Amino acid sequence: MRLSLRKLVPAVAAALAFSAGAAWAQKTELLVYTALETDQLKAYTESFQKTNPNIDLKFVRDSTGVITAKILAEKANPQADVILGVAASSLDIFKAEGLLAPYAPVGFDKLNPVYSDKGKPPAWVGMDVFAATVCYNTVEGKKKNIPKPESWADLAKPVYKGQITMPNPASSGTGFLAVSGWLQGMGEAAGWKYMDRLHANVAQYTHSGSKPCRQSGAGEFVVGISFDFRGNDVKQKGAPVELVFPKEGLGWDIEAAAIVKTTKKMDAAKKLLDWVATKEANEAYAKNFAIVAHPAVKPALPHLPADLEKRLAKNDFAFAAKNREKILAEWQKRYDAKSEPKK
Amino acid sequence: MATTPEPAFGTALPGASSLVGRIRAPRLRNHWSDRIGIALLVLAGAGLAVFFLAPLVTILLKALQDRSGAWVGFANFTTYFQTPALAQSIWNSLWVSVMVTAIVIPLAFLFAYALTRSCIRGKALLRNIAMVPILAPSLLAAISFIFWFGNQGIAKALLGDAQIYGAKGIVLSLCFATFPHALMILVTALSLTDARLYEAAYALGTPRWRRFLTITLPGAKYGLISAAMVVFTYALSDFGIPKVIGGNFNMLATDIFKLVIGQQDFGKGAVVGILLLAPVAITYAVDTWVQRRQSALLTARSVPYVPKPSRGFDWLMSAYCWLVAALMLAMIGMAVFASFVKFWPYDFTMSLNHYRMGLVEAGIFEAYVNSVTLAAFCATFGAAFVFGAAYLLEKTRGAEGWRPFVRLLAVLPMGVPGMVLGLGYIFFFVQESNPLHFLYGTMAILVVNTIVHYYTSSHLTAVTALKQIDNEFEAVSQSLRVPFWVTFHRVTVPVCLPALLEISRYLFVNAMTTVSAVVFLYSPKTTLASVAIVNLDEAGDIGAASAMATLIVVTSALVCVAYYFLQTWLDRRTQAWRQS
Repeated sequence: MRLSLRKLVPAVAAALAFSAGAAWAQKTELLVYTALETDQLKAYTESFQKTNPNIDLKFVRDSTGVITAKILAEKANPQADVILGVAASSLDIFKAEGLLAPYAPVGFDKLNPVYSDKGKPPAWVGMDVFAATVCYNTVEGKKKNIPKPESWADLAKPVYKGQITMPNPASSGTGFLAVSGWLQGMGEAAGWKYMDRLHANVAQYTHSGSKPCRQSGAGEFVVGISFDFRGNDVKQKGAPVELVFPKEGLGWDIEAAAIVKTTKKMDAAKKLLDWVATKEANEAYAKNFAIVAHPAVKPALPHLPADLEKRLAKNDFAFAAKNREKILAEWQKRYDAKSEPKK
Repeated sequence: MATTPEPAFGTALPGASSLVGRIRAPRLRNHWSDRIGIALLVLAGAGLAVFFLAPLVTILLKALQDRSGAWVGFANFTTYFQTPALAQSIWNSLWVSVMVTAIVIPLAFLFAYALTRSCIRGKALLRNIAMVPILAPSLLAAISFIFWFGNQGIAKALLGDAQIYGAKGIVLSLCFATFPHALMILVTALSLTDARLYEAAYALGTPRWRRFLTITLPGAKYGLISAAMVVFTYALSDFGIPKVIGGNFNMLATDIFKLVIGQQDFGKGAVVGILLLAPVAITYAVDTWVQRRQSALLTARSVPYVPKPSRGFDWLMSAYCWLVAALMLAMIGMAVFASFVKFWPYDFTMSLNHYRMGLVEAGIFEAYVNSVTLAAFCATFGAAFVFGAAYLLEKTRGAEGWRPFVRLLAVLPMGVPGMVLGLGYIFFFVQESNPLHFLYGTMAILVVNTIVHYYTSSHLTAVTALKQIDNEFEAVSQSLRVPFWVTFHRVTVPVCLPALLEISRYLFVNAMTTVSAVVFLYSPKTTLASVAIVNLDEAGDIGAASAMATLIVVTSALVCVAYYFLQTWLDRRTQAWRQS
């Protein structure tokens, strides 16, 4: 009974509001496709609605892969108004498909231009950066006498044999950013050679970018190659992990936002993008990410280094996008075909 | 199907149908109600064509297009077949599916045999415990095995140096997940055997093993083949299990994931989808062939078999059944246990954290309510449609050319991976020019999609039940000028109520757990609990994932209990009808 009442009250309220609608300013509803975490969505919505109480945000939230596939499948008649918190590598695909409406939000000139699309106006606006990060389980490490790694090179040493998991780059964007980071940082030939040696140590290529760090946190495997947000999150939840940021440099990607060209609510969509570029919004991102687009916002996260930005590898998005298919084909040829663990 | 064998619907006039058919045929064929039957059948087929065939064709056509949508002929096929991992994937998929089938069918058969041919106690309880895996998302078995045998698993020592990740884990988890599916069909098949054969054999002093080989096995042949096909295709297309516990073991289903979700390459994803359809096409062929030969085996005058007590045999069967039940409970129990553990494996304090934080605070509870709504719609409308269509297909006459087409549409869904079906729905329904576009993003499209996704098993159940009723009923009512819907309402539905409830229950529990197709179709207003589980697992919140899964299992179990009472109540009512 209580449940039905609880449903009834908003329904009646909605009906009343609707009939009184003429007198009130109409509420606009934006359909936002996102890969952000649910708790982030809550915080971001609150912050956005402080300045835009008349715009409601409705989210379709899923993993980056599912959201990207869904947007591309809906190409003939896009449903979303705004894409929020999706990897820049996906947004570049949408841009190439002509799905985005370029827009420079108010205050865009204050953002670090490195983290947004280079077009004028930009097709997508950067929010924050996520970077490859290694999780190392101290309890299991001690038990098995496996030292904490300091560099990518360390991970290729025989002592880590069968103790490492990393995302499969063919399934996960996080996997791809790590691979693309190695290839760009070490050079292609040396990069592949490195991965050959790493492959000998990898116990599992997972289908999700968060999984390896979780597995490390749960002690299933000692070392997991994942990304900084997830590492921070796992450690915060009490897992005995240390986060390692290999000194050779970290592969990285950007979480960004964009307006879908076909939206019928362009004004509201622009308002949301304006919010994305504000300092307040960047402060909200800074609760989860160590690098944000607004240079004046300095995140201070307990488990992430303040100078994470300096540890990023050079990353040419054009190179990554152009060579993605080639890299994945090569990767699958080398490691996927024989990936059943050998004992 | 717990359908106790129906009492013999002996007819006073053996061969009445052929007699009536011969004499009255010209006038009967013109009866006006027949035309309504044909119209309805055409309508049902059209429904399947729009909501299954059209989306499927739309996505499969992508196999001939490149990323920009230009037609490229068979380029996707050639590049895909050159992928070095491919041969491995096909081989892995095949041998895993064959192995799962080879393990599950004998085990489930023995279990079904114990339930139908022995006098063990607690049959209803055993049967319900054995059905438990169907109440949970398939990946729950995999999660559970990781808690048992993973590197931090409680019983890891049993495995020695070996790892649960990989083929071993997949096969084990699939065995659990498919067992109830096989059991459902095999119990029905074994219930159908004619007791008179056993009486004759007994009178002639035939030993038990010989009776088994010459009566039981041949009698259950159709059920065995159907069960094997269902298990095989399930193992072939399930994705949740290899994703969670498969490690680096590549299968066709994980290939689809990599192509569609990892690389958004719909063309090659469709190619794999077509590969996966091949076994179902074979299933269809075998099925039609077996059905044709089977129909002669069952007669309307069969007498239900009543097992006689036999101490040694009953004791053995009882021991076996309880062993299986214990394994099932160990599997589900571990997931429930893990959902209360604070931080596996470092803090085994019991707490409700995963339920509170993972579910309520993350706002996933709303998804749970949506899932129950979806399941309720599927259980009512879905069951009515599936059963109605099966009735029209089996019991009405006319439009003979149209029937094989509808029949094919009813069995094909089994072989279509959910991801392929889901994408097909997007491509087909998202277009503004589609008059059905208004369904996009609604609960209705989730309902229709889920019914279609689980159509085949429901359809096969309905057909099996309908075949129990002698066609003479239809013939007699027609000769009495009774329109078919009166017979349907007065005879067919009451007699088939157990099967109808079974279908309804099957759709309910599956709607609670389905992921792969609906993951592309939900909207902000229709988020689903099953999808939330996958997301929680992906983000690594295995505790919260187990909590959500536990909630689903408990809900479905309660619903099954409700179905059980409904069935007992209805049985009592239909019983009165039978005796009058």
